[in-house]
Amino acid sequence: MAEIIRKATRDSYGEALVELGKEYEDLLVLVADLADATKVEWFKKAYPERFFDCGIAEANMMAVAAGLASTGKKVFASSFAMFAAGRAYEIIRNSIGYPHLPVKIGATHAGISVGEDGASHQCCEDIALMRTIPGMTVINPADDIEAKAAVKASMTLDGPVYLRFGRLAVPVINDNPDYKFEIGKGILLKDGTDLTIVATGLMVNEAIEAAKILEADGINARVINIHTIKPLDTEIICKAATDTKLIITAEEHSVIGGLGSAVADTVTGCCPCKVVKIGVQDVFGHSGPALKLLKEFGLSAENIAEQAKQAFQNK
Amino acid sequence: MDDKLKKDLQKTAAHIRLGIIEGVYAAQAGHPGGSLSIADTLAYLYSAVMHVDPKNPKMPERDRLVLSKGHCAPALYAALAERGFLPKEELKTLRQIGSRLQGHPDMKRIPGVDMSTGSLGQGISAACGMALAGKLDSASYKVYTILGDGELEEGQVWEAAMFASHNKLDNLVAIIDNNGLQIDGKITDICSPMPIDEKFEAFGWRVFKMDGHDFESIERTFADIEKVQYQPVAIIQTSIKGKGVSYMENNAGWHGKAPNTEQYNQAISELTELLKGLVD
Repeated sequence: MAEIIRKATRDSYGEALVELGKEYEDLLVLVADLADATKVEWFKKAYPERFFDCGIAEANMMAVAAGLASTGKKVFASSFAMFAAGRAYEIIRNSIGYPHLPVKIGATHAGISVGEDGASHQCCEDIALMRTIPGMTVINPADDIEAKAAVKASMTLDGPVYLRFGRLAVPVINDNPDYKFEIGKGILLKDGTDLTIVATGLMVNEAIEAAKILEADGINARVINIHTIKPLDTEIICKAATDTKLIITAEEHSVIGGLGSAVADTVTGCCPCKVVKIGVQDVFGHSGPALKLLKEFGLSAENIAEQAKQAFQNK
Repeated sequence: MDDKLKKDLQKTAAHIRLGIIEGVYAAQAGHPGGSLSIADTLAYLYSAVMHVDPKNPKMPERDRLVLSKGHCAPALYAALAERGFLPKEELKTLRQIGSRLQGHPDMKRIPGVDMSTGSLGQGISAACGMALAGKLDSASYKVYTILGDGELEEGQVWEAAMFASHNKLDNLVAIIDNNGLQIDGKITDICSPMPIDEKFEAFGWRVFKMDGHDFESIERTFADIEKVQYQPVAIIQTSIKGKGVSYMENNAGWHGKAPNTEQYNQAISELTELLKGLVD
């Protein structure tokens, strides 16, 4: 078996920006005093004249980005998910979302896997917040390949995009010639008939592993990668609901308002079936090593498999 | 100042004030007080300062105006109507279903509105972004943004103030409408942002003061700011909330209230009288 390559999607973000900077001469990158942590430092090194550190002032940064975008500039604004989607929510809503300005928000350090920094920095609400803004595209890539593809694809949209990245190095799972990224299109990773695991972000890899565990128990699980939470690929979700009549969602985010909620909203309308939501269960996180935290909060292949098995047996 | 120009400006300002009253009365909602206090400044900006073209409202080299105190949209709409961006009749559709004239400015709907605003403290940041873009492009345009004095209580204003001076945005002009009143009362009673001049100076801005209802003072100030380099400019204008409508003047109660029919008639008659006095 090939060795597993691991990489944090924040690194992919930083690398993709450097590549894009070459392609788009008017691309600007803003950050709020987190150049190194969000990896936009690499863009700064490559294109110092197109990089602006706004200091620890996320609210101002987001509206500055809006002003720049209003003149036709291509802009990425970066911070941690907590301060981008959280602190600057209302600025994103009113100064970027309402005028539908094409600002791309690169939010790193999302989710519980921030680890040692603890609850104040573990943002598990950002998907929920961002998907309530009309016209906002919300993308939560699963690995390096997908993150880079997402950053590049976001440039083609004439509207705001929220891109969610992680601090933790996660396995590269999409390194295959057939991989194709399309905003708003879910990816069928494994077909199956007994149930469907719909996962996003770093939970996609856990979903693939969970399907293997279930296979050993004689349960044939379908696995779908939803990198774009909004607009959601309702077709792939409704087909899964119709075909397998049981959906397990898996996300490194609160079970309130994230992927699980979006999927439940969708199947309610097209083909109601049981939806089991795996995610952070309406609690704050705490400090600790990322991998241990993911296990503790049930964000693991083992927990997905266990919950799926239980739900399948009660189907 | 040339007498003819002064009279023309006074007429334009009176028409803007009439437009404000027509809009707010028709809507039976809106913010007349702070709209009336910036009518003269808007008249001056759109008549004598800003390079804009109603036939080409999106031209890249245009000067920009961000109404950071977005609730004073009735004044902006009336000024845009005076400048030919909107039919004057449309002012009466303010805040109605189907109208382009939203309660707060919407750049997607109205030609001549450079930024959607309404949530206080954000417009000045967006203006910083526009000014930065101008610098990057070596463009000649300026960005004007109008803030309320109460709005200075928003922390984001000071984030923007730091950003503007750090980036030497000398193509940015923030006009602070210092009418002394906010919704809940006097700014000095609520959570005082005074002294405004020293604060902006401390943040690295060049500060100017003018009488927001005296065109000679306004003209002098706009001439003076031309000399400033490498620093953003703050103009603190002393003004009277509700200026031009006697019973609204200096009364916080008229921050966000529409006149009834009797009050409307009185306002129209006062402003019409004023216009009559300006006949050549």
